[in-house]
Amino acid sequence: MAIKLGAEMVLEALRKEGVEVIFGYPGGAVLPIYDALYDSGLRHILARHEQGAVHMADGFARASGRVGVALVTSGPGATNTVTGLATAYMDSIPVVVLTGQVPTSLIGNDAFQEADTVGITRPVTKHNYLVKSVKDLPRILKEAFYIASSGRPGPVVVDLPKDVVSSEAEFEYPETIALRSYRPTVCGHVGQVRKALEMLFAAKAPVVFVGGGVILSNAADRLTQFARQLGVPVTMSLMGLGGFPGSDPLSLGMLGMHGTYQANMAIQNSDLIFAVGPRFDDRVTGKLETFAPKAKIVHIDVDPTSISKSIRVDIPIVGDARAVMGQFLEELERNEPPKEYFDHLEHWRGRIENWKALHALDYDRNGSRIRSQHVIETLYNLTGGDAVVATDVGQHQMWVAQFFKFGKPRTLLTSGGLGTMGFGFPAALGAKIARPNETVIAISGDGSIQMNIQELMTAVQYGIDVKVVILNNSFLGMVRQWQELFYRSRYASSCMAMVPDFVKLAEAYGAKGFSSAVPEDVVPILKEALVHKGPVLVEFRVAEEDNVYPMVPPGGSIGDMLLV
Amino acid sequence: MGAANGHNKTPRRILSILVNNEFGVLSRISGLFSGRGFNIESLCVAETLDPEVSNMTIATSGDEQIIEQIIKHLRKLIPVIKVTDLTELAYVSREMVLVKVHAEGDARAEAMRLSEIFRGRIVDAAQKSLTIEVTGDDDKIQAFLDLIRPLGVKEIARTGKIAMARAQKG
Repeated sequence: MAIKLGAEMVLEALRKEGVEVIFGYPGGAVLPIYDALYDSGLRHILARHEQGAVHMADGFARASGRVGVALVTSGPGATNTVTGLATAYMDSIPVVVLTGQVPTSLIGNDAFQEADTVGITRPVTKHNYLVKSVKDLPRILKEAFYIASSGRPGPVVVDLPKDVVSSEAEFEYPETIALRSYRPTVCGHVGQVRKALEMLFAAKAPVVFVGGGVILSNAADRLTQFARQLGVPVTMSLMGLGGFPGSDPLSLGMLGMHGTYQANMAIQNSDLIFAVGPRFDDRVTGKLETFAPKAKIVHIDVDPTSISKSIRVDIPIVGDARAVMGQFLEELERNEPPKEYFDHLEHWRGRIENWKALHALDYDRNGSRIRSQHVIETLYNLTGGDAVVATDVGQHQMWVAQFFKFGKPRTLLTSGGLGTMGFGFPAALGAKIARPNETVIAISGDGSIQMNIQELMTAVQYGIDVKVVILNNSFLGMVRQWQELFYRSRYASSCMAMVPDFVKLAEAYGAKGFSSAVPEDVVPILKEALVHKGPVLVEFRVAEEDNVYPMVPPGGSIGDMLLV
Repeated sequence: MGAANGHNKTPRRILSILVNNEFGVLSRISGLFSGRGFNIESLCVAETLDPEVSNMTIATSGDEQIIEQIIKHLRKLIPVIKVTDLTELAYVSREMVLVKVHAEGDARAEAMRLSEIFRGRIVDAAQKSLTIEVTGDDDKIQAFLDLIRPLGVKEIARTGKIAMARAQKG
């Protein structure tokens, strides 16, 4: 066993966990760690704001499936991570955030740059630690990575007082974890799996409902095989997009508040919902009392608290989506559905085709203004769908969900739960670092992009080749849409009357900028942006008062959609 | 007297929770209740025989679905080892109350009588007041307080409930 400095233990633990890059911002209390980092060979990306650093780590994790790591200082460094942590927590993203802390002797003293980080971050993390002795450091770091990435993943904060990382102790990184109080379930209950399959075989109008858990547990291939083998139509939550190929004939697209007509109608008329890894959030269910009134519900989720939280479930199956879908596929090898099952399903798919034909997603392609939908569709066509797309929050986010047919898991990075404006661009930077050979696009709005625009400097400094596409409608579009529909068009403070000259801004940071308001420019500009080497900022000035449809008014039943 | 059974009609529940006895565990549990809008009626916590483990008794209330969520969320907390809903089992529960009661003249004799009836103990005596300790289940504590109140209660302190499942018979 070697004697090591606490700061060196931190870096050694990161190496053992396979971490190659960390996103961070130095400051007084983390100086010992930064000093150790100086000649460690670990790659460090200097963000321009701690929030940006956490979103980068988050984007890295979403795109790669590995734990993202951020390193920040005490006090304001730590408090600036809160939005990033809450974002990762709501979407179950494995992130470890290391925060500096004032020396243990000063804790509670209102010392300079002191904050109660463990207290502040407790409700927005899966777990957090204040390390009080350097002897505990190896065990805590091991636990932090294990807790972040196992079960239902989530962010973990490790708060590191300056004296702890500055003192020495014997270092042995534990090989195993012994947590008597934390043992996530992996496989589902066999009896429940059989019951669920029987119920599905007896169904006449079933729908598979894909949630974010399918992406997180890498279950997309198994789920896709299962749905195709049984011919069941598939709908996805925002977080589930990419969990089943969006271009597959069985795909109904997204459901919920801005879901497709066919997805919401299918859910409302279904007799069985086979839900894999969703949490039935309010944007999906609409009014609970009228959600899928005729459906029995099978719910597979690794987190028991997600089951029967808002919707009563008939067959709960606690387990990892990948493992449980494996069990279902095994059962399918032994069991076949009765012949009439396939007849029922054919009839059911026919009904769905009618809904599809009745109100397909569309927009006016002949106007004189650029339409956001057109930009997104063009990006889909130009990339062949072969890109990682990060979004911010609002109308553009919903249009991306509707018009970009995500074909593979981990290709849509979006803040689904917390709805964090300013998430997309830094998340895209993290994703590009995780997947350097792929096209990474951040689609944003004129509101959202200004919430973390400072990271443009990070992109340019490290040559992180991300394409930013801003759909500028001169409004906080979704806020304006709600004001139009529910507040008599009184546009209180939703008009972004002034935005910077984005081309000049890009150039000021040393990036390439484009801007246009002409529909004919969309294709050539995007083509040029996609082949340009290095970060690009594209602004399209789009139709101002465009609305996202279909829309289920808040509190309404998802069968009652505004269609135009 | 004093044994509550599991067939209580009120939606009150008694949860017994084993937790790792570590820094901040109480705030994790109380934060869970406040953050999700669950009720805590009383909470007691102390070490078990194993100094690394503490036992918490939480009295809470809510309908079936809320109680199910409370239990699941408690189990999800990393330092929580075990959660038992004692209300589902046969269990014994106790609470202790200290009552400082006005006790001059006739009231003094009455207070002492009540203490005796409830098998209480007088733990402090002053010229104008007595402090009485009574231990028991909900009903007993409530009955004692109802009877002693007319004498003029100056101050009370309650421990909150602790509870334990009954041993299997036979």
